Amino acid sequence: MYNEKVMEAFSNPKNVGEIENPDGFGKVGNASCGDIMQITLRIKDDVIEDAKFKTFGCAAAIATSSTATEMVKGMKIEDALKVTNSQVVEKLEGLPPQKIHCSVLAEEAIKAAIDDYRNKQQNGGKSDAASVKDEDVKYV
Amino acid sequence: MKRIYIDHSATTPLDKRALEKMLPYFTEVYGNPNSQHFFGREAMKAVDEARDKIASLIGAKPNEIYFTSGGTEADNWVLRGVAQQFAHKGKHMIISKIEHAAMLTTAKELEKQGFEFTYLGVDKYGVVDLEELKKSIRPDTILIGVMFANNEVGTIQPIKEIAEIAKEHGILCFTDAVQAMGTLKTDVRELGVDFMSFSAHKFYGPKGIGALYIRNGVPLGRIITGGHQERTKRGGTTNVPAIVGFAEALSIAEEELDKNAKYIASLRDAFIDRVLAEIPYVRLNGHRTQRLPGNADFSFEYIEGESILFSLDLAGIAVSSGSACSSGSLEASHVLLAMGVPEATAHGSIRFSFGKHNTMEEVNYTVDKLKEIVQKLREMSPLYSEMIKGEGKNV
Repeated sequence: MYNEKVMEAFSNPKNVGEIENPDGFGKVGNASCGDIMQITLRIKDDVIEDAKFKTFGCAAAIATSSTATEMVKGMKIEDALKVTNSQVVEKLEGLPPQKIHCSVLAEEAIKAAIDDYRNKQQNGGKSDAASVKDEDVKYV
Repeated sequence: MKRIYIDHSATTPLDKRALEKMLPYFTEVYGNPNSQHFFGREAMKAVDEARDKIASLIGAKPNEIYFTSGGTEADNWVLRGVAQQFAHKGKHMIISKIEHAAMLTTAKELEKQGFEFTYLGVDKYGVVDLEELKKSIRPDTILIGVMFANNEVGTIQPIKEIAEIAKEHGILCFTDAVQAMGTLKTDVRELGVDFMSFSAHKFYGPKGIGALYIRNGVPLGRIITGGHQERTKRGGTTNVPAIVGFAEALSIAEEELDKNAKYIASLRDAFIDRVLAEIPYVRLNGHRTQRLPGNADFSFEYIEGESILFSLDLAGIAVSSGSACSSGSLEASHVLLAMGVPEATAHGSIRFSFGKHNTMEEVNYTVDKLKEIVQKLREMSPLYSEMIKGEGKNV
């Protein structure tokens, strides 16, 4: 059901992990639906220097997390905000129809992490993963 | 690359002895059994012999065996046939929550046609509650249908007791024995059921052939209309080679039942023991002993089933995932949810079903790989790191 590109991204995922004290933290999905994506970003001068993910989910969820983090690394945040789920799917050369929602989750996780960064900037506070509460988890 | 098959509940390889028996019926004895000439008559003879053999192996009479395309058709036939035949008597049927999709989907269809279904719950092991069954019986109940052994967690149901309860109330009783046939003793007289479905490819027979046992004297509406095949109850050209292979496979399975069940259970038990001892945060679904000899179903906490399945696939090990994400929907297994397994846990489930060709070496290789895979996926899982950090939410 998956193409080779997806299987490769799934079996050798890039950017697995969690950045300590990230500048941006995003987490979407929920366990009862079977997928959660967490993305942490290191951002300097509005450029994403590093991106890492942790994902609970199917092979497509892991592959899209890996691909999305690869895509946004080195991007300016305004460009990263323009990354769409279809671009993630394109990079993976296609996903089965029932798995498209995984790419949506990846897009949303990136957006949530950037939103978190912007909020922190506005509030002048430091981003801290531990401060993210349940309410911040977006349910999709 | 290794190719290890641990998915025998999905299907089994055709036994070569059954294949040998089938071969002449493709090219030499190719007549249509319904033809009157000698080509037809010799094909009919093979079908009759197969029917006799199958009937005697399950304690039935030959005229109580009706060939179908498999288990799904037989399940459909019972539900739809009873609905047709007995609607005047009542429109209520009782089945369990953990039936195969062939039953549940058909029940949903019949609900649209005005039939009512009670879906019996199960305990944490997946066993149907007999008290709930008794309480669910109504004057308009026309059928009680519970599967013999569950396809996902392998739990064996008290079919004999269920059939007795049905009989006391004058209600027809059906069991889907697709998973049980060939590995458990399935004698229809001993069980006391009115209908029983089974499918050849689950016991090293060919795909696309199954049967429905219909107790003599029980009228059942038909769903496939056509010619005079199967005493006019089921139209369609008789699949002679498949029927011959079916009978041979069942006869081998019954002959080797004790030996194979013992061997397969020994592999399964060694597998369960090692997984429980060596992999943390894992749950065995189903009953420790009252289960199909080849079945081991586990939930691996904090990770998702499909990613386990494909990781095993890449390691050359074929298994099934109960997590429905892999089958196109986003719901956790209805069987595990009925057993009270939390949704997130249910998403991390894998069914291993061992067969007669598996070896202890394969069991050990699988556990070794599984350990690595579970660890790797957990390192990727935010749920796992939360739990480790001690901020674990309710997962």
